[in-house]
Amino acid sequence: MNISRSISRRMPKGRHFVIGVPFLWLFLFFLLPFIIVMKISFAEADVAIPPYTEIYTWAEGQLSIILNLGNYIFLTEDELYLAAYLGSLKMAFFSTLICLLIGYPMAYAIARAKPEMQTVFLLLIMMPTWTAILIRVYAWMGILSNNGLLNSALMSVGLISEPLQILNTNFAVYIGIVYSYLPFMVLPLYANLVKHDQSLLEAAADLGSSTFNSFWKITVPLSKNGIIAGCMLVFIPAVGEFVIPELLGGPETLMIGKILWQEFFNNRDWPVASALAVVMLALLIVPIILFNRNQAKEMEGRA
Amino acid sequence: MAVASSTYKKVLEGDQQPKEVLVKIDRVTKKFDETIAVDDVSLTINKGEIFALLGGSGSGKSTLLRMLAGFERPTEGRIYLDGEDITDLPPYERPINMMFQSYALFPHMTVAENIAFGLRQDKMPKADIEARVAEMLKLVQMSQYAKRKPHQLSGGQRQRVALARSLAKSPKLLLLDEPMGALDKKLRSQMQLELVEIIERVGVTCVMVTHDQEEAMTMAQRIAIMHLGWIAQIGSPIDIYETPTSRLVCEFIGNVNLFDGVVVDDSEAYALIDSPDLERNIYVGHGVSTSVQDKTITYAIRPEKLLVTTEQPAFEYNWSRGVVHDIAYLGGHSVFYVQLPSGKIVQSFVANAERRGARPTWDDQVFVWWEDDSGVALRS
Amino acid sequence: MKRFSFSNMMLWVGFLFIYLPMLILVIYSFNGSRLVTVWGGWSVKWYVGLLDNRQLIGAVLRSLEIAFYTAISAVILGTLAAFVLTRVTRFKGRTMFGGLVTAPLVMPEVITGLSLLLLFVAMAQILGWPQERGIVTIWIAHTTFCTAYVAVVVSSRLRELDMSIEEAAMDLGAKPLKVFFLITIPMIAPSLAAGAMMSFALSLDDLVLASFVSGPGSTTLPMEVFSAVRLGVKPEINAIASLILLAVSAATFLVWIISRRAEEKRRKAVQQAIEEGAAATWQQDKPEAKAAG
Repeated sequence: MNISRSISRRMPKGRHFVIGVPFLWLFLFFLLPFIIVMKISFAEADVAIPPYTEIYTWAEGQLSIILNLGNYIFLTEDELYLAAYLGSLKMAFFSTLICLLIGYPMAYAIARAKPEMQTVFLLLIMMPTWTAILIRVYAWMGILSNNGLLNSALMSVGLISEPLQILNTNFAVYIGIVYSYLPFMVLPLYANLVKHDQSLLEAAADLGSSTFNSFWKITVPLSKNGIIAGCMLVFIPAVGEFVIPELLGGPETLMIGKILWQEFFNNRDWPVASALAVVMLALLIVPIILFNRNQAKEMEGRA
Repeated sequence: MAVASSTYKKVLEGDQQPKEVLVKIDRVTKKFDETIAVDDVSLTINKGEIFALLGGSGSGKSTLLRMLAGFERPTEGRIYLDGEDITDLPPYERPINMMFQSYALFPHMTVAENIAFGLRQDKMPKADIEARVAEMLKLVQMSQYAKRKPHQLSGGQRQRVALARSLAKSPKLLLLDEPMGALDKKLRSQMQLELVEIIERVGVTCVMVTHDQEEAMTMAQRIAIMHLGWIAQIGSPIDIYETPTSRLVCEFIGNVNLFDGVVVDDSEAYALIDSPDLERNIYVGHGVSTSVQDKTITYAIRPEKLLVTTEQPAFEYNWSRGVVHDIAYLGGHSVFYVQLPSGKIVQSFVANAERRGARPTWDDQVFVWWEDDSGVALRS
Repeated sequence: MKRFSFSNMMLWVGFLFIYLPMLILVIYSFNGSRLVTVWGGWSVKWYVGLLDNRQLIGAVLRSLEIAFYTAISAVILGTLAAFVLTRVTRFKGRTMFGGLVTAPLVMPEVITGLSLLLLFVAMAQILGWPQERGIVTIWIAHTTFCTAYVAVVVSSRLRELDMSIEEAAMDLGAKPLKVFFLITIPMIAPSLAAGAMMSFALSLDDLVLASFVSGPGSTTLPMEVFSAVRLGVKPEINAIASLILLAVSAATFLVWIISRRAEEKRRKAVQQAIEEGAAATWQQDKPEAKAAG
């Protein structure tokens, strides 16, 4: 009896440990940093180490907090930032759409392939995700540049007489984002599509539905969760993308990830960079929650 | 066959054996959030018996079993094993072992390692473990498969290993969760008898959970029928089939014809029931205790005790005219669906003793009748 | 099924789109000419040249070291997180826990990077640690986002597992911690390996987080490559990029071969058991059939 009591008292401790360790880590290194970003976005830039002012002062036993909204006002005053936010959202939206249009048929084809071929196809999809975006984007730089492969090929065929300016344009950024994020669209779509019961389509055909109608009325609605997961996995990181617009984009490419990087590394204006991050997070909070809900549903599927 | 008859004998003699209580479940309730899975259940399980918890899904039978194993803790109530309160003991400290529905064999261990697992947790000397494993393998006739991994075994073989593993520690109580759930129908009846034989040879007390009434009746000496978290009736298979105490139990076990009626004459020796479904009154060969206010009652009669004839019975009670509405030929017996003048359709099982005997056929005028003590009067 | 359906065509077009640029990159890394667009014959001189680049080799070693530690810590944390998500069903703050685990998957890297750097700066001010940013801070940043990936991979495996196997172990007398190490870990070992490799690759690839949280003198390989790439295409970069591609594809291929072998072996064993089982049932049926006849 005594033994049993002591063990039942010890049990929750192990439970607390198992929950506590990952929780503490993620709290400390993922959630807490956002609070600090929030705090610093209300500070003022300063020539100091670290390069910002404290938002609270402790004088004569009184704590006074000064929330400086200047950074946010600054963001609205300069058209550059608004344009960058809009540019990022537009770029991410259309890239996601293109990824979906290319990725859905791919995922569908893989899910319908023979089981032994499925593993090969999946491997081929997965492999690029293990390689740095940097390397894959770099590969395109060589192809798209003025004297690159694409232009030489087009000229030798005689389609164009002068090299086209492709590198350092928004078009190149679209190519880069779609290229880099396509696997992240295909994988969740495949995971969803492969679970579909083939007999549903047979039943639809039996009831007189055409192939396309069945696809549109049965397959697509059933893959809703896969579509959401895939789109969020592309859209959210694409909004904040830095490497692709930096390497493939030109002066016309206004994306917020690039602007944030410049504010931080080139201008060393940490408070403005923080304010940019806070606004970006505010824009993305709805898609992120949508993704998390979706993911939680998938993760707890069995329970 | 010898096995079957000994089981059957035990069933018949069940009540005459001296009883010694092993498990006592005392007013146990289990709630999951707001839903009540087990609702104030009390029951005792005797040493050496095979006890079945029978019920549909959501009846709380599995939750009760998991509370015995220690995977769930009762919200209220206590559980005693051999007089000791085990309610708060974690599963790994209870002298109770379970055979899981999926068998839950450790996929990365061989058959022998699976059986030895529990013994190793007790820090048993290595030589003793080996001896015990060999003994258990022999018991379930799996000695030649000791080195195999679970995925290299067939369904029936896996079940034997799971049984050996749960018996290896000589538990005071063995729990079986849907023991035949993962087997196909043909293998089931064979394994049911084999399982009972092994359990009886070892002499372990056993609680099983099943949704299959045939399985419960074949294997168990006593059955508890569970419904929505409470126990509807406890008794031997014969008690439960022949003298159900409620409408629910008699509808759950087997088929039944039910007649709602009112008691019109009641004495020590007999009772008469008037049912609007029948032309003649029902005569019951014993008194029916009814209250003064409420004389309504339900009379239940099993289809094999309801007889079909073409001649009008000569007696006063317990019969009715009817028309053959439908016949289902099932090989061993046929089911006659007879429509009574009231419109009610009753079922009758007729054994096909002759190969092609002369029988009533569709739309024939027939009479259904039964013996005085064939049915049961139910108050609820 | 139609031989060339639209979706099948898209699949091959997609693969071409994904792999052609990489193939071109590898081919051009063997270009003898310094001008990257002019073919100057086959040569391995850019690869040989890499060996003399001390700074680059230092960055490679540093990246490998960080990736190694990241893989270990992310697997431990990610497995714990996955275990909590799939096995501990009810506790306060569960929704928040689930959000914390999955959010790093989609969070733009610039935000994570910036916020972690500001945390480290604040910590240095208040706690006096970390005095210098470098390998440790990069490791912390990488562990945080790799944990999310490991948690997703491992939790999907844990969900597939029959929970009664763990219950059976407990029923046979093993305490929860022992059950975890004797039963759960061996059964999810393949996904732990996959998670570790994934973390290793992700850590090795990361540019943005490392750029924010690294300090002077702790340049990683991607940072080194990035600063060179910014200035345009260079044959040396072609060579190093090809090497990275080669390493990653070799590793992925290896994992695939190993898992396929294991799967094959398992399938054969199952097939054998089914056949034997059928034979056994048939033998048992025979006397019954005789008795009936």
